Amino acid sequence: MSESVIQLQPLHLAISASLVIVLALLTWHLRLGVSGRIVIAAMRTVLQLLLLGFVLDYLFNISHPMLIALLALVMLLIAGYEVMARQQRPFKGLWGYGLGALSMFISSFTIAIFTLNVVISPDPWYLPQYAIPLLGMMLGNTMTGVALTLDYLTKNAWQSRAVLESRLLLGEDWRSAIGQLMRDSVRTGMIPIINAMAAAGIISIPGMMTGQILAGNSPLTAAKYQILIMFMITAGTGFAAVLASWIGAKRLFDNRQRLRLDRLRPPG
Amino acid sequence: MAKLKLENLQIEHVGPVNLTVNSGEIVCISGGSGAGKSLLLRAVADVLPHEGDAWLDQMQASQTNPPTWRKTVGLLSAESQWWFDTVGEHFTCKNNELLNKLGFNSDTWGWLVSRCSTGEKQRLALLRLLCNQPRALLLDEPTGSLDARNTSVVESIIREYAKEKQVPVIWVSHSEEQIRRICKTHYEVENGQLVNA
Repeated sequence: MSESVIQLQPLHLAISASLVIVLALLTWHLRLGVSGRIVIAAMRTVLQLLLLGFVLDYLFNISHPMLIALLALVMLLIAGYEVMARQQRPFKGLWGYGLGALSMFISSFTIAIFTLNVVISPDPWYLPQYAIPLLGMMLGNTMTGVALTLDYLTKNAWQSRAVLESRLLLGEDWRSAIGQLMRDSVRTGMIPIINAMAAAGIISIPGMMTGQILAGNSPLTAAKYQILIMFMITAGTGFAAVLASWIGAKRLFDNRQRLRLDRLRPPG
Repeated sequence: MAKLKLENLQIEHVGPVNLTVNSGEIVCISGGSGAGKSLLLRAVADVLPHEGDAWLDQMQASQTNPPTWRKTVGLLSAESQWWFDTVGEHFTCKNNELLNKLGFNSDTWGWLVSRCSTGEKQRLALLRLLCNQPRALLLDEPTGSLDARNTSVVESIIREYAKEKQVPVIWVSHSEEQIRRICKTHYEVENGQLVNA
C-alpha cells in the first residue's frame, strides 16, 4: 500500500506554507488583526505535528503500555487547557481546568477503551497504531464540544443573572432555574458534530477518510472506519457535553442554592 | 400570624442588622442608592451569601430548604424579570379577581411580555409573587414605576394582604409621602446601619 503513496518533500510543504503567508499578508493589509495569530498557529501546526510524528514513530516501535498511557495523559491535559482557554468566563481556580478535563476524561477514555476492546479489538488492545489516533480524534472533537458547552453555559448565566435570581426568588430550585440554559448549552456543544455527521460524504470528506484514501486504502475500508469513528466521536462529545453542563451548572450554585457568579473569572 | 426577625444580618458593607417586624406590621426602609437596601432584602431571602440569619417565627432561614424559604418570604425586585414569551406562562395561579383590581383582564394571560410596559410588568410581578402565598413580604420599591392611580391600587392590595394574612412587610421606598401613608415605623440606611427616621 505504501508504494502507491507519493512521498511529500520539504519543498512541497514550503509551497503550501507560502499560501498561508500570502493569506497572513492579506489579512494584515486589511487590518483584520488576525495575521499574527495565523502565523503563530501555522507554526504551531508544523511543530506539533512533526513532534507527534516523531513521538508516534518511537511509540509504535516500543508499544509499551505505560508510554501510551503517558501520551494519552499529556493529550488530555493539553485538551483540558484548551477547553479553559476557549471560554470567556471559565470557573476560577482548579475548577476552570478540572471541569473540562474531567468531563473529557470520563467520556473520551471510556468510549476509546470500549471501542478498542469490544469493537476493533487489535492485539494487544492498546496497540498504539489504533489507540493513539482514535483517542486523538475523540479528544479533539470532545474538546470543541465541551468548550462550546461550558462557554455557552457560563456566558449566558452571567448575562441572565437577574432572571436566574428572580426564578430562585420565586421558589424554583437551581435545576429548574437554570434548566433551559443547561439544555441550550448541551445542544450548542453538540451541533458541530451533528452537522458533521449530516454532511459527511456529501458536502465534506472527513479528514480521516481522506487520509486513508491518500494512503492507498480502499475507499470502502476508509468509509467503514470513518463511520465507526463518527459514531464514537458523537457519543463521546455528547456524553461529555451533558456531563460538563451538569457539573458546571451545579458549580454555579452553592449549597444554599444561591447563584454564585463570583466563581467565574472575569474575561481577559 | 408570623413575626419576621433579622439577626445580625450582614452583607458586604451593610450590617450587622437586627430588626423585628411583627405580624401585620409594615416597616419602611429608605436610603440613598447604593446604601444597600436591596442587598439587605436579598440577604433576607438568602439569594446572596451573608452573615447572620433570619427567622419567621420558628422557621430559621439557614435551616430551611432554600426554595421553601424563598417562597415563604416573598421578595419583589425593583425591576421585574420575565423569561417566557407570554404573561400567563409565568404564573402558577390565575387570580382573576386581583388581576382585574390591578387594571387587567383575563386576556392579559395571553399577552406577550415584550409588549408590556415597565409599569404593567411591575404590577403583574406583584400578582405573580402573591401566587406563592408568602407569609412575609420584602418589597423593593413596588410602586417605583407606577403612576399615582396604580400606586394607590398596589398600596391597597398590599395593605389588605398584610392585614388579612397578618404578614410582616419590609417596604423599601423613596417617596416620603408613601412612607407617611404606609408605615408607622421608618428606618433609613446610613453607613450600613438602620437608623430611626
